[in-house]
Amino acid sequence: MKGLEDILREHPFLSGFSPEQSDLIVGCARNHRFNAGQYLFHEGDPADEFYLIRRGKVALEIVAPGKPPIVFATLGEGEIVGASWLVAPHRTMFDARAVELTRAIGIDAACLRGKCDEDHSLGYEMMKAFLPILVQRLNATRLQILDVYGRA
Amino acid sequence: MSAAPQLDPFLPDIYSVRDVRRELPDTVTLEVAPKAGARPDFEPGQFNMLYAFGIGEIAISLSGSAGSGETFIHTVREVGAVSAAISKLEVGAELGLRGPYGAGWPVNAAEGSDVVFVAGGLGLAPLRPAILHVLANRNRYGRVVLLFGSRNPTDLLYRDELAVWRQRLDVDIDVTVDHADAEWRGNVGVVPALIPRASFDPTDTIAFVCGPEVMMRFSVAALRDAGVPLDHVYVSMERNMKCAIGLCGHCQFGPTFVCKDGPVMRFDAIADIFSIREI
Repeated sequence: MKGLEDILREHPFLSGFSPEQSDLIVGCARNHRFNAGQYLFHEGDPADEFYLIRRGKVALEIVAPGKPPIVFATLGEGEIVGASWLVAPHRTMFDARAVELTRAIGIDAACLRGKCDEDHSLGYEMMKAFLPILVQRLNATRLQILDVYGRA
Repeated sequence: MSAAPQLDPFLPDIYSVRDVRRELPDTVTLEVAPKAGARPDFEPGQFNMLYAFGIGEIAISLSGSAGSGETFIHTVREVGAVSAAISKLEVGAELGLRGPYGAGWPVNAAEGSDVVFVAGGLGLAPLRPAILHVLANRNRYGRVVLLFGSRNPTDLLYRDELAVWRQRLDVDIDVTVDHADAEWRGNVGVVPALIPRASFDPTDTIAFVCGPEVMMRFSVAALRDAGVPLDHVYVSMERNMKCAIGLCGHCQFGPTFVCKDGPVMRFDAIADIFSIREI
């Protein structure tokens, strides 16, 4: 049976990091289990952890006062939840809820942030790992707001 | 056996409505049968010109099985005067019909390969005959994947049929919507985002893509990024088709006419002009 370290080392997220950097990230990792309906975090929480989803599905939600939550994205196996830890003021921008039983690896971002500040090579690799994800999601959001399936 | 050949290509045959099924508040599926003769054969991806008497004619893709049968099936959304009139036809009503026309999905050429269908919104309708063909001849294909995107959960086309297809173990189906509330337990996001998650061999895959042009552009990019060669990607183009036989030029798309060279086109053949806004 694979341990946390093996699972994390096989994840595409770690592919760009050197063995030493990977060791450091693995050292900041821990397992999580979220039941359906359980929140990974809420909007405004300190962004001190991000998650690599191993199994399950996570809905990203925004809540407007007096209205039901709006789900603007779902993330699944292999995807990363949470990037606010990289950007000041390091607070989450939305709610993240497990749609179904979800297993994830949590990375202690508060610790990792300090390491990135000390080691800019690590910080650069971290930015290279996250930037494509953010660009991909920005492009997806652009397509989403175009409302391409709307009435002609 | 086909209907008697037409001397005048603009003269429609008379068809009557056999059945009407409301799919969505503004979308119906009509089953129509010729008043005389047999229904012509057609290929998945082709279209007919439907004529609402005294109002006008529009191109509508065929959305039923291309196997033997007495009827054509068309799914129509009300977006203008003609489509609104056709959508309001009741069982027994008559309409004019010319066709079928155009180039279809290469379902036979795809045999032996993985097949990925990427549909957005009403784009599932022109893909449906190809999906039905592949499912009816399932052992001739590799992995079969259907990725379907819609505006929201209530706008999902062919919801009941999707549920039936989902029960098959030999097809991977993933559905996503652009917007949803917390009650929706499926995916939220755009359909191109499903492509990297899908399981298929990109080096031996034929992809059929149909939906709004922007959605197709993003989907083709995602397929390319996944490693699918562009000469293995087919899209169904939509332009203002009038004559349907390559005479009038209304549907000109660069050097081609969508009505006779399409609507289904291999993407590498149109890649250079696909994103040019003036075309």
